[in-house]
Amino acid sequence: MDEKLPPPSPEEQEQRLETERVTRRSFLMNVGIALNAAVAIAIATPVVGYLLGPVLRRKDYLQWISLGETAEFTPGETRLVTFRDPFANSWDGDTANIPAYVRCSEPGKFTVFAINCAHLGCPVRWFSESQLFMCPCHGGVYYADGSRASGPPERGLFTYELKVEGGKLMINAGQMPTLQNRASAAPCPGSTPAPNESALVKRIEPCPGTKASTIG
Amino acid sequence: MPWYKSVYDWLERRIQFEGPVKEAVLHPVPKSTASWWYVFGSASLVLLILQVVTGILLGLVYMPSAAHAWISLDVLNHDLPLGWFLRAMHGWGSNFMVAVVLIHMAQVFLFGAYKFPRELTWIVGIFMLLMTLGMAFTGQVLRFDQDAYWGLGIGASIMGRVPVIGGQLVHFMLGGPIINGSTLTRFFTLHVFVIPGTLLALTGLHVWMVLKLGINEWPMPGRIVRRETYVQEYNELAHKDGIPFVPGAVWKDLFFSAAILLAVAVCAAVFGPFGPKGVPDPTIISTVPKPDFFFLWIYTVLSFLPPELETPFLLIVPPIAIAALIGLPFVAGIGEKSWWRRPVAVFSVMFLAICWAVFTQLGTYTPWSPQMNAWSGAVIPAKFLENRTPLERQGANVFQEKQCRNCHAVGGLGGQRGPALDEVATRLTEDQMIRQVLLGGGNMPAYGSALSPAETSALVRYLETLHPHYQPAAADASRQVVGQGGGVPADSTVQQGGGQTAVH
Repeated sequence: MDEKLPPPSPEEQEQRLETERVTRRSFLMNVGIALNAAVAIAIATPVVGYLLGPVLRRKDYLQWISLGETAEFTPGETRLVTFRDPFANSWDGDTANIPAYVRCSEPGKFTVFAINCAHLGCPVRWFSESQLFMCPCHGGVYYADGSRASGPPERGLFTYELKVEGGKLMINAGQMPTLQNRASAAPCPGSTPAPNESALVKRIEPCPGTKASTIG
Repeated sequence: MPWYKSVYDWLERRIQFEGPVKEAVLHPVPKSTASWWYVFGSASLVLLILQVVTGILLGLVYMPSAAHAWISLDVLNHDLPLGWFLRAMHGWGSNFMVAVVLIHMAQVFLFGAYKFPRELTWIVGIFMLLMTLGMAFTGQVLRFDQDAYWGLGIGASIMGRVPVIGGQLVHFMLGGPIINGSTLTRFFTLHVFVIPGTLLALTGLHVWMVLKLGINEWPMPGRIVRRETYVQEYNELAHKDGIPFVPGAVWKDLFFSAAILLAVAVCAAVFGPFGPKGVPDPTIISTVPKPDFFFLWIYTVLSFLPPELETPFLLIVPPIAIAALIGLPFVAGIGEKSWWRRPVAVFSVMFLAICWAVFTQLGTYTPWSPQMNAWSGAVIPAKFLENRTPLERQGANVFQEKQCRNCHAVGGLGGQRGPALDEVATRLTEDQMIRQVLLGGGNMPAYGSALSPAETSALVRYLETLHPHYQPAAADASRQVVGQGGGVPADSTVQQGGGQTAVH
């Protein structure tokens, strides 16, 4: 026969009930916390998506833009042009006007350089007399074909993908060129054979036996 | 009972602030902490409040829109009464805040205040420093001018160097593919809501911990911090040889804060607001972007790093530096606090301060940048043109026209990227000069395709004349031999060791 336990005293009963009640209450509290966590995640997901909006866009920020009739560009010259950012907002003001350099080396042959120095993005300036692009920030210098001439840049100027359509010079543009996006995918014309040596330098006979500078 | 007393009592009965506030302001601090060295923390707080207040006032007018931000700043500067003064207070307040925060940090470091048990106070302080610098940078962006635009470009270019996700980071930072209105609104949100909110929260935590753990006692050589005994020792110091914080220590804080606020106001009134410089139109490319004062040193470092080191440096050094600062109290959390017994600490601070000062000084005149207008703006002093042949003068013309002056100074005018050419003829022979001009090298571009043979010889003839009257131009000894029909140079020349220099 089962041993019968003495019935719990009223205090004990009260105590047990209390613990039970607390357990039930704390359970409900835990459910409440879980509910809030679930709702928080549900809310946070769209928030994160909203924040990452500019990154999660599936399409590339690239669009074909006309820079004008090809006939406008004189062979042998490099010219500063301006185009309107194809992804501009109406409140962008002047910041949506993007400059670029169009180089027409010979009739029908174009290169379009981004304004941004390949070092840290400052605006390079073209000097037609010395046929050089110079950067005002840290002294990066590029030759007329965009290849690196001196200073801190690791590579030549960024170039835009281009095509001629219906007599118009078109470039594929829309994003700021940096070392990691598509603007850098097209290698710079001058830097293809050897990144550090300019095509212009190679036209000149190097000093026999050495490539080093006389100054060092 | 006077009416204000009864109002106070009515409020106090409901809010019950008196107890905790009294406890906080009257808590005993070691007598030694009532020092003029201990005023920088409170001054930082006062400057933060000044920034919040002036920021809110500027927010009444400022338009965070790429098309209008610059105009709204112009209106503040010129159209609204005292708008310029508010802008100047906010700008100078920012400079003062960064400066005072850095001094506070150096003082805390040198006084060993980051040691046990105040490690977390120090770590929170590091994040507050980062927030302060973040405020300075985002504030520079909100002053939406050319410097802001290209400064964002530099930031984006640095982000773009991060491996794999660099491209996405750039778009995340800019709020789109390129610097535009979305970028400005992002930085506005950071500058006005996110960073100040976090900074205020961290400030609350920082001050709370200072109250709970006590103000660091004046470090004495030989008084070693031990985890087992420190708290007891500090409490003895605070209670036996202590004074209540108010008014014993606080009067110096009050004096200094007033002085700092006055200094900000005087600077604002005398020097006026910062910018805005040119309108943020990227098609205006005749601009020389420069960061604000407290970021000039980074600008310098970025120009001196070798190209192949740059990306690793940019991506690795900042996290290491932050980790080192956070790790400091765990590595050196106990032991001597006094600077007399911590030479490495003292020399680290001196070294960093000197590096920072030198880099900043260089950043103010950027000797590494070509001077874009020197070729048309910097004249060649008359003494470098006197007694020259027409060909040589034509060479001087080429020298000017081909932008050589953008990098080379003559007579103290012109760029400093390359060497000054006042005495170049003593260093290079004619042949070496021709080679250097045509092929470049030593960080000089090759001019081979930009110069005709006639221009080259005129240029080099001119450069050949650039030597002091008492020192002849360098000449190739072999030429002399050829000139003498293959004979050896006169004995005296060879014996004098003048193989490269023709002595006339």
